[in-house]
Amino acid sequence: MADAPKIEPMHQFLIHNWIQGPQFDVGGVHFDMSITNSVASMLVGATALVAFFVLTARQQIVPNRGQAVAEAFYNIVDRSLVTPIIGHHGRPYIPYLLTLFCVIFVLNLMGVVLSVGSLAGQSWTFTVTSQLAITATLAVLTFFSVFILGFVKHGPKFLTLFWIPGMGVVGGALMVLIEMISYFVRPITLAMRLFGNMMGGHVVLSLFGSFVVALGVFALSTLGLNTLAIIPSALSFAMIVALTGLELVVAFLQAFVFTVLATVYLNEVVNFGHGH
Amino acid sequence: MDPAAAKLIGAGLATSGMIGAGVGLGTLFGNYLQAAIRNPSAAASQQTMLFLGMALTETMGLFAFVVSLLILFVF
Repeated sequence: MADAPKIEPMHQFLIHNWIQGPQFDVGGVHFDMSITNSVASMLVGATALVAFFVLTARQQIVPNRGQAVAEAFYNIVDRSLVTPIIGHHGRPYIPYLLTLFCVIFVLNLMGVVLSVGSLAGQSWTFTVTSQLAITATLAVLTFFSVFILGFVKHGPKFLTLFWIPGMGVVGGALMVLIEMISYFVRPITLAMRLFGNMMGGHVVLSLFGSFVVALGVFALSTLGLNTLAIIPSALSFAMIVALTGLELVVAFLQAFVFTVLATVYLNEVVNFGHGH
Repeated sequence: MDPAAAKLIGAGLATSGMIGAGVGLGTLFGNYLQAAIRNPSAAASQQTMLFLGMALTETMGLFAFVVSLLILFVF
């Protein structure tokens, strides 16, 4: 009987180079245009998303199944986020928020649903959103486009966002410092939340998968008392099934939460100076 | 003490910050459920705020997670 494979829960997040691409330097920054498993997963996700919305673009009064799903996506962003939080001034920003939601949701879902594992010594699926580089890119894009939009819409007056009235000069200055820290930590928390949730979930799944194999191999190695190890092995397998269900919920919830926070940050800019 | 062992113990201790996030999430969902049972018709309208609160509470737990990862992989 073969030995159980080593338990390597972080192994699934390694980037493998599939097709070597051109490499060049622009201004001291190294660019590597190779197709890695991360790039391939993003291409598949983007293609699936674009294909889905193109195929459901033909509007009918009585929607077919595809159009109903596409409308459900739109309603999540419009009716449960933008309209209650921002109001009708938020309508121009729906395309960005919808794109954000769909991209994160599809990439999260791909990591959970397409778990075909490794074939031919190669792991074929990859959770793109469990890479800090990807989530940080999304977070920084969202945060700074909202921040710059504030200056575009309100000019330098937008800086009074950090000023809490009625605190006096010293207290106010102190609050400006605290407000600025809590404002500029936002992209970090936005990136960390998605990354931490996706990575944590997949590490737990991988650990339980390793338990199934390791305990199963131990149970079947010789016939005797160690055969009882088949019970925790089966329990670990049941755990994987349950956790996969939980991961499906988390995949949706993290995409939703990311979009909720982006909408709340946008609300501060769009409804700046009134409301509150 | 062996520095490698101290590193692992430190990383384990750093995750105890998640206790607070656990308590916070329990309070959040418990109170939401209590309010939702008292007034089911208002429950759906407050779901967005529930998830917003969840996201902000979870951040505190994630900071503990990040510190633990930093201890493990950076130092």
